[in-house]
Amino acid sequence: MSADPRAPERPSGNELELRGITKRYPGVVANDRVDLTVRSGEIHAIVGENGAGKTTLMSILYGLIPPDEGEIRLGGEVHRFASPRDAIDAGLGMVHQAFKLFPSLTVAENVVYGDEPRRRGLVDRAKARRDVAAIAAEYGLSVDPARRVEDLPVGVLQRVEIIKALYRDARILILDEPTAVLTPQERDALFVVLERLRERGHTIVFITHKLGEVLALSDRVTVLRDGRAVAELVTAQTDEHEITHHMTGREVALTQRPAERTPGEIRLEVRGLRVEQGDGPPLLDGVDLEVGAGEVLGIAAIAGNGQNELVESLVGLRTPDAGRVVVDGQDITTDTVAARRRAGVAYIPEDRHRVGTAGAASTRDNLLMSYQRESRFQRRRWLDRGAVDEHATRLIDGYRIRVAGLATPVGTLSGGNLQKIVVAREVEHDPGVLIAEQPTRGVDVGAIEFIHERLVEVRDAGAAVLLISAELWELRALSTRIVVLFEGRLVGTFDPRTTDEQTLGLAMTGASQASGAGPGAHR
Amino acid sequence: MLSGLLDVALLDSVMRALIPILLAALGGMICERAGVFQISLEGLMLIGAFAAVAGSFAVGSALVGVLTAAVAGALVSLVLAYGTVTRGGDAIVLGVAINLLALGLTSFLIAQLFGVRGVFQDPGIVGLQRFAIPVLSDLPIVGSALFRLTPIATLALLLVPVLWVWLFRSASGTRLRGVGERPEAAATLGVNPVRTKYLAVAASGVLAGLAGAQLSLGNVVQFSENMSSGRGWIAVVAVLLGRAHPVGVLGACLLFGVAEGIGFRLQGQGLPSQITDALPFVVTLIALAVARRRFKRVLELTAA
Repeated sequence: MSADPRAPERPSGNELELRGITKRYPGVVANDRVDLTVRSGEIHAIVGENGAGKTTLMSILYGLIPPDEGEIRLGGEVHRFASPRDAIDAGLGMVHQAFKLFPSLTVAENVVYGDEPRRRGLVDRAKARRDVAAIAAEYGLSVDPARRVEDLPVGVLQRVEIIKALYRDARILILDEPTAVLTPQERDALFVVLERLRERGHTIVFITHKLGEVLALSDRVTVLRDGRAVAELVTAQTDEHEITHHMTGREVALTQRPAERTPGEIRLEVRGLRVEQGDGPPLLDGVDLEVGAGEVLGIAAIAGNGQNELVESLVGLRTPDAGRVVVDGQDITTDTVAARRRAGVAYIPEDRHRVGTAGAASTRDNLLMSYQRESRFQRRRWLDRGAVDEHATRLIDGYRIRVAGLATPVGTLSGGNLQKIVVAREVEHDPGVLIAEQPTRGVDVGAIEFIHERLVEVRDAGAAVLLISAELWELRALSTRIVVLFEGRLVGTFDPRTTDEQTLGLAMTGASQASGAGPGAHR
Repeated sequence: MLSGLLDVALLDSVMRALIPILLAALGGMICERAGVFQISLEGLMLIGAFAAVAGSFAVGSALVGVLTAAVAGALVSLVLAYGTVTRGGDAIVLGVAINLLALGLTSFLIAQLFGVRGVFQDPGIVGLQRFAIPVLSDLPIVGSALFRLTPIATLALLLVPVLWVWLFRSASGTRLRGVGERPEAAATLGVNPVRTKYLAVAASGVLAGLAGAQLSLGNVVQFSENMSSGRGWIAVVAVLLGRAHPVGVLGACLLFGVAEGIGFRLQGQGLPSQITDALPFVVTLIALAVARRRFKRVLELTAA
């Protein structure tokens, strides 16, 4: 990152004010008399745990849902947004967490959609491309206007979203969890763009739960908790500790140091694992791993370097082309998923929506899944509803899962609660080997702490834990050892206590390419 | 034998088979692009055929018949729009229901209104006149088949390039495609997906209604029970096979039109009509088998 240009004095005035915004849903108050003041030309962070009301507040601001009470003022004037169109016309632009783009249309078509330049009754495609290129050049958002969106990587899609807002002359840009899907490099590039936008006089509202980003980027912070705005802080005068305290209402310790005792006997052993891909180079090229009892082995890798194939080979979603996977001395290389789970393999998958849970199924069923054949859940070969309910209730209480009832479909739950369901199910049955893939992606700091504590418990109970994470600080906080996977090969082993993020980041880009700029550190 | 098959008469029967399928398929294509799976083309076409005859007979004007067909098709199609877009119902279930309803309703109404069973034929029904485009219609072989057509048939052929340009180059066409692909994204940019889908479904109702009018006032001048006889289903397949692209859809419809034309001709040469009538459907089966993967993908897209 460049030097922090956080300017103390700005041509001030309040660009955006929310006063007493209240939104009630049956049984829950999503926003409770929320006030928000955003000054002209600042980067204003909104932080809060999952379910604190951030997304509801932004949806109200953007005209997607009407508030029950309260008012929105722009430059002192009261506005009422019946639809996003009204918000756009008033100078607001929103970059949603899940991008709102049309895959089969080009970048230019996506940008001008709904506000097309016309010539003789048709869309003036040349002008659209020129306009997009001009905005892209002005703000350093490099994109090719003629490319189809479906062919572009996530980082570029986000730039397209920003250009969309700027094309509509947005003075105020709202970004909802903009870094959740980005690589460290893409995140750095985004921050440069946001700072340039601020220099040009744009006002930026930035929703996140990553405190490192708040501190690195924002001028001021508003903290939401349980639907209320509980604090408004000047970033330069606060720290991670204070913000976390406001977010959770309690003290949170986010650094779990690895266990000091030496790992016990080998519980997970991988030998010469190889996964081919058609004509290209192998996705996994002779990977050897050993994880002992009471050990957390961290795997650091940039997306697409073989970590997915490794995990799939371990949990049984893929048969490797060569090599062996051994758990507690038992070769499970060709075993079914069910057999592996009986052998003690548990899996917290990266995609909790598609792989980790069944969205339309109840909370009760999701907590039971894969254990339904155990005798304690059966009575005369039928499911014992009482035992199943008791099990689910115990986990919901033990893991502080916020859910209306046992029958609630899990698809309606927030990310943090859904992840707790996955973790509860996988951790509860004393796994011998736990494979945790991005276990805290997209969840708030309170849930991160909670999940980390569970992982440490599993480790201390004598399991072998394999941790795959894109968050280098997380790998360093939890791992006993960290190995780096690059283009399907292990390229190094590091001691987390003596290795900094720059070194890891450099190794992740491959030793041969290490001369270029490494990923920056924001934490 | 082949030389005996390919002549002016064959071209003419191909056109007769082609036009109704093409009109309905273009309507289905618009729906597909707007993200609504339109499987009720068969029923809408049958309703259109009936309404055209009823309107023409009542007023004594082919134009009134055609307008009645278009309005009837649009009204019935709104049932689909309401059920799927507003109420979130299953487009396939609703579409099949509309098809069954259309068959029963027209059979019932023909008896109630005209007091006949099966076929309603009357000198009071005014059919569509063919009109000749000067010069072009004098061309050898193709002239009469391509340039001596009913206004509906001419419209159908013109719609192919018009819809092509509209879908891919106009603002409203691009918006429609966007709605079909990511309705929630369209909504955040101020384009109303519900309105767009309603309009798309209504347009398909109009076009399928016109297809029916061509059947009952153009190809023949009468209404007979179930006279769409599977053409709407073939149109559904043409949409998928033609990848919801105007040129692709025209190509797919031509394939079926030629199959039906040849079947008609073979019948003239003594083959049993049960076999020759099956020809377009055999082609459909083959086409579906060839395009199976694409079919699946389109279904997944519209289901999403």
